Amino acid sequence: MGNPSQTAGGLESIPALLQRNAREFGSKAAYREKEFGIWQCWTWAETEKEVEALALGLINLGVNEGDFIAIIGRNRPHFYWSMVAAQSVGAIPVPLYQDSAAEEMAYVLEHCGARFAIVEDQEQVDKVIDVQERLHQFEHMIYIDPRGLRKYDHRALHEFAKVQEQGRAARDEFIQELKDRREKPKFDDQCVMLYTSGTTGKPKGVVLSNRNIIRSAQNASEFDNLGPGDEVLAYLPMAWVGDFIFSIGQAYWTGFCVNCPESPETMMIDLREIGPTYYFAPPRVFETQLTNVMIRMEDAGTLKRALFHHFMDFARTGAGEKYGMPKRSLAKPDLKRRVKQAWKFSMGVGFALEALLENAIRLFFVKLRHPIDTRDHFKARDPLGLYLYPEPVRSYFKYRMGEVLVYGPLKNTLGLSRVRVGYTAGEAIGPEIFDFYRSLGINLKQLYGQTEASVFITVQPDGEVRADTVGVPAPEVEIKITDEGRIFYRSPGTFVEYYKNPESTADTKDAEGWVDTGDAGFFEEGTGHLRIIDRAKDVGKMADGAMFAPKYVENKLKFYPDILEAVMFGNGRDHCVAFINIDLTAVGNWAERNNIGYSSYQELAGHPRVLATIQEHVEAVNRSVAEDPMLSGCQIHRFVVLHKELDADDGEMTRTRKVRRAFVADKFNDIVEALYDGSETVSTVTEVTYEDGRKGTIKATLEIRDAKVVPVEPQKVAAE
Amino acid sequence: MSVMDQETYVTADGRTIGGVLMEMRNISLRFGGVKAITDISFDIREGEIRAIIGPNGAGKSSMLNVISGFYIPQEGEVWYKGAVRPQMRPFEVARQGIARTFQNIALFEGMSVLDNVMTGRLNHMTMGLLSQAIWKGKAEQEEIENREVAEKIIDFLEIQHIRKTPVSRLPYGLKKRVELARALAAQPSLLLLDEPMAGMNVEEKEDMSRFILDVNDEFGTTIALIEHDMGVVMDLSDRVVVMDYGKKIGDGSPDEVRNNQAVIDAYLGVAHD
Repeated sequence: MGNPSQTAGGLESIPALLQRNAREFGSKAAYREKEFGIWQCWTWAETEKEVEALALGLINLGVNEGDFIAIIGRNRPHFYWSMVAAQSVGAIPVPLYQDSAAEEMAYVLEHCGARFAIVEDQEQVDKVIDVQERLHQFEHMIYIDPRGLRKYDHRALHEFAKVQEQGRAARDEFIQELKDRREKPKFDDQCVMLYTSGTTGKPKGVVLSNRNIIRSAQNASEFDNLGPGDEVLAYLPMAWVGDFIFSIGQAYWTGFCVNCPESPETMMIDLREIGPTYYFAPPRVFETQLTNVMIRMEDAGTLKRALFHHFMDFARTGAGEKYGMPKRSLAKPDLKRRVKQAWKFSMGVGFALEALLENAIRLFFVKLRHPIDTRDHFKARDPLGLYLYPEPVRSYFKYRMGEVLVYGPLKNTLGLSRVRVGYTAGEAIGPEIFDFYRSLGINLKQLYGQTEASVFITVQPDGEVRADTVGVPAPEVEIKITDEGRIFYRSPGTFVEYYKNPESTADTKDAEGWVDTGDAGFFEEGTGHLRIIDRAKDVGKMADGAMFAPKYVENKLKFYPDILEAVMFGNGRDHCVAFINIDLTAVGNWAERNNIGYSSYQELAGHPRVLATIQEHVEAVNRSVAEDPMLSGCQIHRFVVLHKELDADDGEMTRTRKVRRAFVADKFNDIVEALYDGSETVSTVTEVTYEDGRKGTIKATLEIRDAKVVPVEPQKVAAE
Repeated sequence: MSVMDQETYVTADGRTIGGVLMEMRNISLRFGGVKAITDISFDIREGEIRAIIGPNGAGKSSMLNVISGFYIPQEGEVWYKGAVRPQMRPFEVARQGIARTFQNIALFEGMSVLDNVMTGRLNHMTMGLLSQAIWKGKAEQEEIENREVAEKIIDFLEIQHIRKTPVSRLPYGLKKRVELARALAAQPSLLLLDEPMAGMNVEEKEDMSRFILDVNDEFGTTIALIEHDMGVVMDLSDRVVVMDYGKKIGDGSPDEVRNNQAVIDAYLGVAHD
């Protein structure tokens, strides 16, 4: 490692890796997709055949080298094949977010000048047809699901299976051409183009080369010791760089199996069935899962709830970190490992019985000594403790017990039992949420990355995981931090350019290859871990000069299951205010249990008891924020519970579900003003866009609440 | 004159509608002294979506029950596939290839969605109770074949995520969809839908309309439906029968019906004397 001119053993493109995998792991599963209730499987050898047939079909349709092929749909093996087939014929795949509106698609299709699109179903076909007139170069569309498309004009519309069929039929004619084209791509040729989600402004097309993808995938796979036995579940948007790196880059490099869910709604069920060993999710997914667990525990019986809380409290004290982490280095356990697991499990069962016995004896003696107030004396100590053993043996035994009773079943329900390496990225995850998963014994780690870096900038090595840092520089990544705290990096994954946008390229990447992340951070002394403060442009100063770091406080708020999203304002002002989105699942469940009737999100969000609960949360967060002298200025003085969920269709979030802060501030300007001018209520009219692009408006009168803040001594701010 | 008189006709979206599948000839139905249906005749052709509409109490549901063979009309004949249909018991009707959904959902609440859909396949299973219990050889084979059909329909109606969920835990809109799935699982030649969109919100209605159109398009199923929502009916159906007070007051394509004075009167309310 470390030699930038080194190629990956002659494997200079994804199609070349596919050829190798078909040779070496021919009979091993490469893709699975659940269809008609059964997991359908394709081996690497079969995958190679499918990709070849499609590539021949594409040549047959007239795809030229250097063409862009748009890929629009949810994660399906067909789309992964399409991308590789496109690369095999010398074209460049451009995956798009399948839930974007026709308008957003038009921009991207026009910008890259795609001649071909491979789309999923009627919905996507309709969207592209809607904007087709504005796309001069656009020619053919290939769809996978023929349902509802029979009556469409089929001159420029082809079915995926038919294209493959024609490709197979024309094999003799085109195979030589395909081979020629497949050999051509070199390490520095274009591999894929991915559009940024665009927290600000129009999306930019990030051009990534084979070197970027393959080297990054290789380094990361070696870092985490991934092998052909691993399993992943591909459910994140295909247009996102992470999915490309994990489901194509690393999958092709190491030869592991990519599993595609049956439909977006069945993702949690499929996750359980597959039990991935390598798992990746943005914080949002972990938050939702945690919320669901908490809701279900609220509904559970007293004994189960007591057990859950008892063992979770115990695991959070650090026992999970110490005794729970999976130690195996291989995805598939060998016999020795299996015996060990069985032994551990029986130990758990044994110690659970032992604890019962021990406590029965203890109760007997307590009764002898305190005949009248037995219960109080007994309760005063841990009823599930094992008192015969000294620490740390006791904690170890207790954790084993918890593994059998709580952690194991819970991990199984979440579908995370087999996870060996799990990552969260994209946004900062709330420390409480992070600790919850870690203490269950799931090796969840954080990484810090960008599309422009082919994901990896820093990662957390096993055993050095903390909630507040993002880890050490990934292999072959160099990082420098300027005096103002801005983070720059340089790595083999550094992108080639922004397509048709040399000014932005020059702004972001300098001649030596250093790329500006736009984030602010610093290296922690002693450990060498990078800490991200915030998006550099989000971190601000309040009127009195105190630091304003919205993400930090928002994450604290989002730990409460009731709160789905929070947006804080306060840059340049004398105090902070916040917008809050309630979580309909959690609050709806609470309302049901408390006999509170509601007919809509808006009504529930405005319910006085909901507001009171949220107020308690805000005040609790204020207390916790006040403890940090640096950030005590960020306490929330006033807040409002919004009448609608922030949504990507309305432009308030990106398609990867990050809040577009400036956009929100602008759109709800009237509410922000009302929060600052001291009024009790605010009436507002909001425009909403439905999924199919139609628009409507919501009128609402929102109640503004004051939250108690902890008074703090005026800060001595570092000399400014 | 209108589409009514031709052997076959082509719809606005280019489907060719075939010959007569079912014909009502001068049907009258009474409950004691109450005349529910008075002398109604119309036909349902192969491959079309036929709607029966009318204000409350017009006799629509009675009409559907006559079509499904549940009510026996006092007068008139029901012709099905070119022959007069004799009086039949409900399961015989089902065997003839008629399936229906109900206005107030009639699913097996305690069973999972998949099991409910599988009940729709019962008429296609021939093995006896004993061999199904032992579940070896042919019985297993048969179950697998039928499960495949059921799974295709589950996929078609996009209810994969609730496959194993007990029906009692589902919201109303999904229950309706499950009911449609069960009816479709029987692979009927005539599908009767009793107010498929009653009590749904706009989004659910749109989804349901989409599914009805897709069912008709993909499987070529003939569909007869009763519906309250005029807008939906006019968009969905190829031909519409309008009933009021047990009588037929209009019949024809949605446009013809929309401009029919009697229909307008019935809906907007004109004093009946």
